[in-house]
Amino acid sequence: MSYEKNSMSKQIQSNNNLIISVSPHIYDVENIPRIMWAVVFSLVPVGIAGVFTFGYYGFFVVFISSITAVITEMGILLLRKKPVVNTIKDGSAVVTGILLAYTLPPSAPWYVSVVGSFFAIAIVKHAFGGLGSNIWNPALAARAFLQVAYPASINSDWRVLHHGIGNLVHNITKTDPGGKLIDAITRATPLAKEAGAETYRLTQLFVGNIPGCIGETSVIALLLGGAYLMYKRYIRWYVPLYYIATVFVMVLILPPQIVTPWANNPFYHIFSGGLFLGAFFMATDMVTSPLTKMGLVIFAVGAGVLTALIRFYSGYPEGVCYSILLMNTATPLIDRFTKPRLYGTRVKKI
Amino acid sequence: MITLVKSKLKTFVGGIHPREDGKILTQGKKESPLLSPKTVYLFMSQHIGAPASPIVKKGDVVKKGQLVGSAQGFVSANVHASVSGKVMDVVPWPHPITGVKSPAVVIENCGEDSWTEGTNVASDIDLISPEEIRLRIQSAGIVGLGGATFPTHVKLTPPKDKVIETVVMNGAECEPYLTCDYRLMLEKPHEIIQGLKLVMKCIGCKKAHIGIEANMSDVYDLFKNMVLNDPDIKIDLMEVKYPQGAEHQLIKALLNREFKPTQLPLEVGAIVINVGTAFAVYEAVKFKKPLIERMVTVTGNGVENPQNFLVRLGTPIKQLLEEAKVKANINKVIFGGPMMGIAQGNIESAVTIKGTGGILVLTDAQKWESHACIRCGRCIDSCPYGLNPSELSILCEAKEFNLALDNNVMECKECGCCSYICPAKRPIVHLIKFAKADIAKRKAKV
Repeated sequence: MSYEKNSMSKQIQSNNNLIISVSPHIYDVENIPRIMWAVVFSLVPVGIAGVFTFGYYGFFVVFISSITAVITEMGILLLRKKPVVNTIKDGSAVVTGILLAYTLPPSAPWYVSVVGSFFAIAIVKHAFGGLGSNIWNPALAARAFLQVAYPASINSDWRVLHHGIGNLVHNITKTDPGGKLIDAITRATPLAKEAGAETYRLTQLFVGNIPGCIGETSVIALLLGGAYLMYKRYIRWYVPLYYIATVFVMVLILPPQIVTPWANNPFYHIFSGGLFLGAFFMATDMVTSPLTKMGLVIFAVGAGVLTALIRFYSGYPEGVCYSILLMNTATPLIDRFTKPRLYGTRVKKI
Repeated sequence: MITLVKSKLKTFVGGIHPREDGKILTQGKKESPLLSPKTVYLFMSQHIGAPASPIVKKGDVVKKGQLVGSAQGFVSANVHASVSGKVMDVVPWPHPITGVKSPAVVIENCGEDSWTEGTNVASDIDLISPEEIRLRIQSAGIVGLGGATFPTHVKLTPPKDKVIETVVMNGAECEPYLTCDYRLMLEKPHEIIQGLKLVMKCIGCKKAHIGIEANMSDVYDLFKNMVLNDPDIKIDLMEVKYPQGAEHQLIKALLNREFKPTQLPLEVGAIVINVGTAFAVYEAVKFKKPLIERMVTVTGNGVENPQNFLVRLGTPIKQLLEEAKVKANINKVIFGGPMMGIAQGNIESAVTIKGTGGILVLTDAQKWESHACIRCGRCIDSCPYGLNPSELSILCEAKEFNLALDNNVMECKECGCCSYICPAKRPIVHLIKFAKADIAKRKAKV
């Protein structure tokens, strides 16, 4: 039996076929691919709602974004000389691709989602060391990048879309068949502050038959996916709860700055914009959020405060993306001050 | 996550519920004594502390129960012959726990099974003095049979400034698969309670508290009836959770007291003894029987006939495995349970020692690919000692041992909850053990 005393190699096979490894010898069934594909599964209802509201072009954006994410991941893994097939199979690139597409306007040109997806994987994820080492949520950081790189596509130039599978090619190539087939017009978010912007009923906001990004409008579909992840214990219930509750309270107590009927209506605020998408699928990203329960609560409350502040006092109508990115940045600091208490001691060592 | 109905059973914070229980394989079967082995290999080091020193030499004839290794110093334990026969040799033999060769007395069994003089005789223990109890325990070479193998007489000699209020008896047996304590409690409840009372008498302690996991309610009922007239002995059911049977978690559940992982239960006025140890204490004090045999669970999907055996110390496990009808395609043999057991590399040379409570044989053990940490925080939730296994594993992997030291790496008890629960299958315990060994080595050099 060869016994390498100083080796850090994890498992050795002895000459009579026995595996020698350090305890424990049994493991939980959960692994990274299971978690990631469960997230993909939980995002399906949101995608269906998006296609229902915005037409098949929305699905096209999601598809092209995911494909780009996977291809980019493969390329970067080859460059980094890492195992390609196993890492692709874990599904993390697909999750990033889908989440990025969900934050894009339904009329986003195909190249915008391609550039964003590439940026998310190549720069935000792999330049920082790959899965587990990225500082920011790749999808959100890429969305922030696109907001700067293609301000027109993201912010103002929301095109007229055509429902029906036959019009998919017109939507992709941006050729208008003459205005005959128009049955959906997308404008920016219901949180738009400009005078004359439309106001929606709460039921509309809840079901999601409103303008907005592909995956953010249908609160009920997002709740469905989020509840599944909570049931599987892949996300922690208190992160979305504290996040949304904080926005709710902030909207109630902040002095109104916007002259709209819904300015201080907390229900209108939490049901519109990307809050539910962000709270259930972005703020709960394990890699970029703190480790301990206390840390996660601080993270969620901080994101809630920032979201409300940006919505009320900045030039942007929506603050979910930037608030989560800012709290991602603060995560190492939060971790440092919320270390678990060593058993048998009272004072925390910082 | 969400616990809507809070369990009324006593327990601690953290821990895991292993998905494979495995106790079903053996818990319903009566234990059987094992035929005496042809040869036994008695290690001089079967306990924490200084190894014993061999006092027999090649060619000596020894009887069952005769002293073959004499304890060196106070924190050490005697070793006795588990068969009668001729000493073949005193040789270095691969130790099943450390993996390095360590001196062992090899005895060829002559088959007579005759006890040496002065052992296996019943004595009156009603008026025995605490000193005499301690002496008999010490000379019998009893160590903690829960797995830690700390010499029991040392445990029963607390420092003068520490008051022991409670003796806690551990009937949790939280390791999956193992049922040796459960079977012992079912078969020998009177002896165990007698052993517990002897321990209480030895240290002059009035109160005792027995903890049983909720999946052994038959044992609970049995014990409950036996201590009905004894208001000083309390008994409680605890939640089935790993590591419920570890000293810290047991005392937290039963007495609701906390102490640091590196501290001993003495700090909170308690000592913990395993049910197996209590039984050995009774045998040693009542019959002057030295510790030469113990219950061992041989189990897992690698054997056709999983069962508990009464095994002589030093029995080659090959014989045990044959008795349990081992399959041909086994790929892992573990001394102990699946959470903290030691994987064996050679079943030809491995022999049982005092701390061996189980031999787990598997055919489907897997090699795990480990990934980078995804910071899910499950390890932190499961760590019963309030450590940050995620951070520790990253620091240890980078060989940043000083930083690991700042993050309390030495407080880790290696219970394995973090590695079990990790979705990235990181070998956290492996890395921490490596770091601890390195730190200890450097400390010894200074």
